[in-house]
Amino acid sequence: MVEVLKVGFYDSIQDLGRVGYQQYGVPYSGVMDCYAALLANSLLGNDVNAAVMEITMTGPTLKFHCNTIICISGANMSPKLNESVIENNSVIQIKKDDVLSFGKLSHGFRSYLAVFGGFHTEKIFDSMSMYYGISKHFKILKNELLSISDNAAFFNKKHASIKLKDSYFDTKVVSVFKGPEFDQLSEIHQKQLFSQEFTISKNNNRMAYQLEETFSNDLEPIITSLVLPGTVQLTPSGKLIILMRDCQTTGGYPRIFQLEEKSLDIIAQKYTGHSIQFQLIS
Amino acid sequence: MSFNLTFKPYGERSVLIEWPSVISEQILEDIIRFKTAIEEKNIKSIVELKSSYNSLLISYNSICRNFENEVDMLKNIYFSSKLNNDMMSVLWKIPICYDAFFGIDLQHISDLTSLSKNEIIRLHYDAIYTVYFIGFLPGFLYLGGLDDCLKVPRKATPRLKIEKGSVGIGGNQTGIYPSESPGGWNIIGNSPISFFDVTKKVPCFAKPGDKITFQSITQKEHNDIKLLVDAGVYQIESEVIDG
Repeated sequence: MVEVLKVGFYDSIQDLGRVGYQQYGVPYSGVMDCYAALLANSLLGNDVNAAVMEITMTGPTLKFHCNTIICISGANMSPKLNESVIENNSVIQIKKDDVLSFGKLSHGFRSYLAVFGGFHTEKIFDSMSMYYGISKHFKILKNELLSISDNAAFFNKKHASIKLKDSYFDTKVVSVFKGPEFDQLSEIHQKQLFSQEFTISKNNNRMAYQLEETFSNDLEPIITSLVLPGTVQLTPSGKLIILMRDCQTTGGYPRIFQLEEKSLDIIAQKYTGHSIQFQLIS
Repeated sequence: MSFNLTFKPYGERSVLIEWPSVISEQILEDIIRFKTAIEEKNIKSIVELKSSYNSLLISYNSICRNFENEVDMLKNIYFSSKLNNDMMSVLWKIPICYDAFFGIDLQHISDLTSLSKNEIIRLHYDAIYTVYFIGFLPGFLYLGGLDDCLKVPRKATPRLKIEKGSVGIGGNQTGIYPSESPGGWNIIGNSPISFFDVTKKVPCFAKPGDKITFQSITQKEHNDIKLLVDAGVYQIESEVIDG
């Protein structure tokens, strides 16, 4: 068991999401930064779909009631194990009663905590990803006990760790494909979208990232149609909205771009005030 | 009947198929026919199929390396699939309490349309609606068939909280909020029925192509049905109709 002594800004359990339920209006959900979550799971030898804790901006304080090994990837939030500093992207041994805490956010926005074998929270529609109205609650609560496996067998294992280029945290470039309504934009507007930078507004969460700049356009409205995580909508008032993992299954705004999947990971590590630039994949 | 479809790549792993941009039952039938034909092929690489008024989105489990090949294969399925005559649709009879206790915007609609509250309620439950697809929220049915007289614009400022079961009108659409949510529709009543059940493998009772009709109930009946629904023993009245 892992006991939640203190919650962070927004912590939830996520795996790779719910596939096959879009036709009932159920969002995909799942980890916002797939790359970081896969890395943490891989270093522990976990299944790619093992459930991890997604930690946003500030971390929780967690007490382990059993032995295990853990790995933290993604954003750097200065993690500490019983007051000693630990590294991201390395396998850390945990003994019963150890306390994991987090400090200052120094790089990125979302951190991933993987435990050996993954978290064993309630599985609904083939996924442990927390989502409002699907799982019992949509984020981790104070005093909650999260089930994990007890593994005493690791005490003589060598630490695995990996040095990585965190360059995807710093890049502004977001690669996109044309969306279904892109060709209805005038040529000038099409060029303009790729020549200017956009800023992430304070309206950013697991559902969507709205951009600050207004992009006036004369796109015709569409009949409610289908969207995916990574769809970029352009509203009549000129707001660009990047849909993220918890997005609705359908939407009524013109869809100008579809992000390359790894660009979703890039966005997931950005927040209010960060800038991005769209680049068309030809 | 065949339509002139367009096939577009949608990101790296999906294909978007579009029908003419109108809302019609012929298009709905054609989408369902095509979707069913693809499902019957049991193509392992397809992990998700979802539809809306005039499109079908097919998602694969890995990156589509050859988009043209996938499209050719899909076109083959489209042109070889026959109209499915044994396609069964169901008419669901959904109880709604239009009492002013729930119907908080009935007066507003009455002011906009010059219809009396009773006329609004009668026009709403007299119609037979078609389920086009499920989207927006888990279990939210997109319904076609709202009487022209009831078309009123959405509220300029959405409410932050709309109760589960609320029945709303916005533009030319009507629908029922399957869970508590923010929303901009005008609320005319409430249904005690549950439109989404996380404990069921198929969480929605209705599917695209089904029909819905509403039955006006009193507040007491609403309370009673709600008790049965919460206990998991309420059976929605329904009948099978020809496809």
